[in-house]
Amino acid sequence: MSARTHRRNLINVIMLGLTGLCTLAAVAVLFFILGYLVWNGGRYIDWDFLTQLPRPVGESGGGMANAIVGSGKLLLVAALAGIPVGFIGGVYLAEFGGKTFTFVVRYTADLLNGVPSIVIGIFAYTVLVLPMQHFSTLAGGLALAVILIPIVLRSTEDFLRAVPQTLREGALALGAPRWKAVITVVIPAAMRGIATGVLLSLARVAGETAPLLFTSFSNRFWSHGWNEPTASLPVMIFTYAISPYDEWRRQAWAAALVLLVLVLFANIGARLILSRKSLSRGF
Amino acid sequence: MKIASRGTRCATVIWVTLIMAAVMLSALPPATAAADRVQLNGAGATFPYPIYSKWFDEYHKRHPEIEINYQSIGSGGGIRQLLQGTVDFGASDSPMTDEQIRRAKIKVLHFPTVLGADVPTYNIPGVAAELKFTPEALAGIFLGKIKKWNDAELTNANPGVKLPGNDIIVVHRSDGSGTTFIWTDYLAKVSAEWKSKVGTGTSVNWPVGLGGKGNEGVSGLVKQTPNSIGYVELIYAVQNRMPYGAVKNAAGNFVKADLASVTAAAGVADQMPDDFRVSITNPQGKDAYPIASFTWLLVPAKIADAQKKKVLTGFLQWMITDGQKLAERMSYAPLPKAVVAKVTKAISLIQ
Amino acid sequence: MPAYQTSLTQIARRRTHAGKFLERLRSGDEIAHMVTLAFAASVLLITFLLVVELGRHSAASWHEFGWRFLVTSVWDPVFGEFGALPFIYGTVVTSAVALIIAVPIGVGAAIFLAELAPPLLSISLTFVIELLAAVPSVVYGLLGIFVLVPLLRSYVEPFLQSTLGFLPFFQGPAYGVGFLAAGVVLAIMVLPFIISISREALLAVPMEQREGALALGSTRWEATWDVVAPYARTGILGSIFLALARALGETMAVTMVIGNDPKISSSLFAPGYTIAAVIANEFTEATDDLYLSALVELGLVLFLVTIIINALARLMILATTRRGTEHP
Repeated sequence: MSARTHRRNLINVIMLGLTGLCTLAAVAVLFFILGYLVWNGGRYIDWDFLTQLPRPVGESGGGMANAIVGSGKLLLVAALAGIPVGFIGGVYLAEFGGKTFTFVVRYTADLLNGVPSIVIGIFAYTVLVLPMQHFSTLAGGLALAVILIPIVLRSTEDFLRAVPQTLREGALALGAPRWKAVITVVIPAAMRGIATGVLLSLARVAGETAPLLFTSFSNRFWSHGWNEPTASLPVMIFTYAISPYDEWRRQAWAAALVLLVLVLFANIGARLILSRKSLSRGF
Repeated sequence: MKIASRGTRCATVIWVTLIMAAVMLSALPPATAAADRVQLNGAGATFPYPIYSKWFDEYHKRHPEIEINYQSIGSGGGIRQLLQGTVDFGASDSPMTDEQIRRAKIKVLHFPTVLGADVPTYNIPGVAAELKFTPEALAGIFLGKIKKWNDAELTNANPGVKLPGNDIIVVHRSDGSGTTFIWTDYLAKVSAEWKSKVGTGTSVNWPVGLGGKGNEGVSGLVKQTPNSIGYVELIYAVQNRMPYGAVKNAAGNFVKADLASVTAAAGVADQMPDDFRVSITNPQGKDAYPIASFTWLLVPAKIADAQKKKVLTGFLQWMITDGQKLAERMSYAPLPKAVVAKVTKAISLIQ
Repeated sequence: MPAYQTSLTQIARRRTHAGKFLERLRSGDEIAHMVTLAFAASVLLITFLLVVELGRHSAASWHEFGWRFLVTSVWDPVFGEFGALPFIYGTVVTSAVALIIAVPIGVGAAIFLAELAPPLLSISLTFVIELLAAVPSVVYGLLGIFVLVPLLRSYVEPFLQSTLGFLPFFQGPAYGVGFLAAGVVLAIMVLPFIISISREALLAVPMEQREGALALGSTRWEATWDVVAPYARTGILGSIFLALARALGETMAVTMVIGNDPKISSSLFAPGYTIAAVIANEFTEATDDLYLSALVELGLVLFLVTIIINALARLMILATTRRGTEHP
C-alpha cells in the first residue's frame, strides 16, 4: 500500500516536473532566438546599413535603406486597403449582422486567415501582376491586405462584442439611430482593443515573405511611387541568407534583427495597450 | 459623448498620419530623382548576375537618371517573365528553344553579352589540392552512381591526393537555370546514359542531390555543407574563394576555367548564327574549357515605349564597347571581335 | 454562437416593428447596414475569387493529368511530366515530424501553464511563448540554415544513425538539410499555437472536475491526466489540427532547409520538397504553360487541404469553448 502511494507520488513529481521542462524549453527557444540575433545581427547594424543602397554583387559595404522604406510602403498599402475593409466588415458582424450570414462570413474569414500565404501570392500574381503587366509595390501591398483583412475583421468583431450591452441600450434609449449609437458610443468604447488588433495584424504581415516573391518582387534601386517593383526586408533576408557571400549573410542577420525587433515591439506594445484597458475596465 | 469625441479624434489622427506618410513615401527620395528618371526592370539568369549588377551600377553612375533593376531569378524565370510581359527585358544562359519561340506571343531578340564557365566546385574538409574531373566522373557523380569521394574514377584522375571515403553530397539547382542547361548540355554530350535518362534543360529531373536557388544558393549550400559538390559560374567560386576543379576536355587535356580557356572555347564564334543561339560546350580545341557558354540578354523586338527603347539600345551599345572592358576583372571572357561586330548590327533591329 | 449576438439588432427591430423601411432609411440605419454588409461580403468575394483563379489557372494541368497528378512521382519539366506525389509526401512527412515533436512538448507546457503555474507566471510565460508565433518565418529559416542544419549534420544525425540506424528513417548520409531539419523548424513554429490554445481549453475545464478528483485521493498529476485532460480533449485536438494546417502551408522557413529535391525517400536525413516550397522556388520561372498550371494546381491542393483541416480545427475549438461557457 505505502509502496504504491510512494510510486504514485513519484510519478506525480516526475510528470509535473516534465511539464515544467516543456515550458522551459518553449520559453528558452524565444530567448535563444532573440539572443542569437542580437549577438549576430547587432554587430552589423550601422549607419551605412540603414542609409545605403545595396552594392553590386561581391563588393563589400552598402545597406538596405531601400528595403526598409520598401517594407514601410508595402505595409502602408496593406493598411490603407485592408484596415477599412476589415474594420467595417467587423462592425457589420458585431452590430448589424443577421444570424446565418454572419456565421458564414466569420467562418470564411477564419478559413481565409488559414490559407497559406504562398497561395495568396499566386492569387495576387494572377489577378494583379499579370493584368498590370509589372511587379509593383501596389500588388505586394494588396497581397498583404488580403492576409490582413480577416485578422482585422475578426478582432474588431470580438472587441465590439465585448462592449457592455448597457452602453448600446443607453444610446438607443436616447432615440439615436443605430448607426449613430455604433459610431459615437460602441466603437469608441472598443477603440483600444481594435487598435491592438490592427497593430498585431500589421506585425503579422510585416514579416510575410512568400506573397511578396511574385508581387512586389525586388529592386536594386529606390522604388519610386507605387508602380515599380520594390525591395522589402523579408525578401532581402531570404535572398541574402541563401547566398554564399559573407557580406550578404551579415546583412541578412542585421535585417532579421531589425525585422524581429519591430515585430516584437508591436506585439509587446499591443499587449500593453490591452492590459491598461482591462485595468481601467476593472474599476 | 466625451469618450466619443476622443475615440473619433484618435481615429482621425491615425488616418491623417497614415495618409501623410503615404504622400511622403511616394515622393521619397526626391533628391536623387532626376526629372526624366527612367527605371527599367529585368530578370533572369544568375550566371552573369555579378557582372550585370556591376554594369547596371556603372551605367547608373554615368547616367544618374537611368536605373536598370535586374533581379537574378534564374534563366527560366527570365524567359517566362519576359513572355508574360511583366519585365522589360530578360536574361538567360540557355537560348530560347524553337518550341518556345514558336509559342511566344512576341518576337524576342538574343544579344550575347559575355562568356562564362560552369565549374565543379567542392567542399571536402582536409583536401586543399585542386581536383581533376573526367567527364565520366562528373556524369557518374551527378547520376548518383559514384557515391564516395574515394571512388576509383576520382582517385585515378587525382594521383597523390588523399580523398576521404565520405559520401558525396551533390548540390544542384532548384530553379529553372541556364547554368543547369549548360551543365546538362555538356553531360548529355559526354554521357549517353545522361542523355537518355536525364536530358538537357533549364530544370531537369535530378537523380540525386540537394537543390539550391540560383548560383547564389548552390554556392551557399556547397560552402555550408562538408563533402559536397556543385556547379556554379566561375565568378561565384572566385569571389567566395571556393576551390574548383579542372575538367578533361575533348582533346584529353585537364583544363581549368579561366579567361584563356573560355575564350578558346568560343572559337566557334566564326560560325555564329544570325540569331546568336549557339552551344559551345565540349568543343574540339586542345586548350578549350569544355563547359563554357555565351550568356544572352533577351529583348523584345518591338518596344512600344520610345524612352525605354532609347535607354535599352543605349545600354546595349555601351555594353558591347566600354562594358566589355569590365568583363575580365569579373572573371568573364569578353565577346570575340567578330561577335561584337555582329551584335552592333543586331541592335539596330530593335524597333 | 454567443448569447448576446445581435441583441442590438433585436432591439432595433422591435423599435421598427412595423417594418418602416422608409423610416429606417431616413434614419440612416438601412444605409449603414448595406455599407457594412458590402465590406463584410468582400471577404466572401475574395475567397470566391481565390478559388476561381486557382481553378482557372490549373485547368490545363487538370485536363492533362487528371487524378494521376496526385499519385505519380515524376516531376520533369524537360519532358512535361508532372506528378505531385513527392511534394505531397514531403509536406505530410515534415508536418508529421513537426507534430511528433511539438505535441508532447506543447501539451506538457499547456498543462504546466494551466494547472500548476501561479496565474501571474502563467500569463507572462504564455505571452512570451505567444511571441514565438510572431517571429517571421524567414527569420526561422535564417536560424535554420546557420544554426539548426550544422547542428543536425554534425551531432544529431550521426547520433541517431549510430543508435537507431536500424530503422529506415535514420539511414543514409547526413545532409543536414532535409525532412528532419524542416520538421524541427516547423515544430518550433507550431509550438505556440498548441500551447496557447490547449492552455485555454484546459482552463475552460470546470474547477469541480479537479476538486472532485483530488477529493477522491488522486495525485495532482492523476487529476490532470485522467480527469482534466480528457475533459479538454476536443480543444487540445483542435489546437493540434490548427498547428497541422499551419505546418502544411508554411513556406519560407521550409524552403530554406528542406533541400529542394523532389524525391520520396524513407530516410528523414534525405532532402525532400514540400508543396509550398516548390511553388516559392519555381513559380516565377515555369517556362511553359503546363508547368505553370501544374504549380497552380499544387497551390489548389494545398489550399483545399488546409481549408479542410482548418475547418475541422475551428469546429473542435468552438465545441470546447462552448462547453466551457455552458458549465461555468
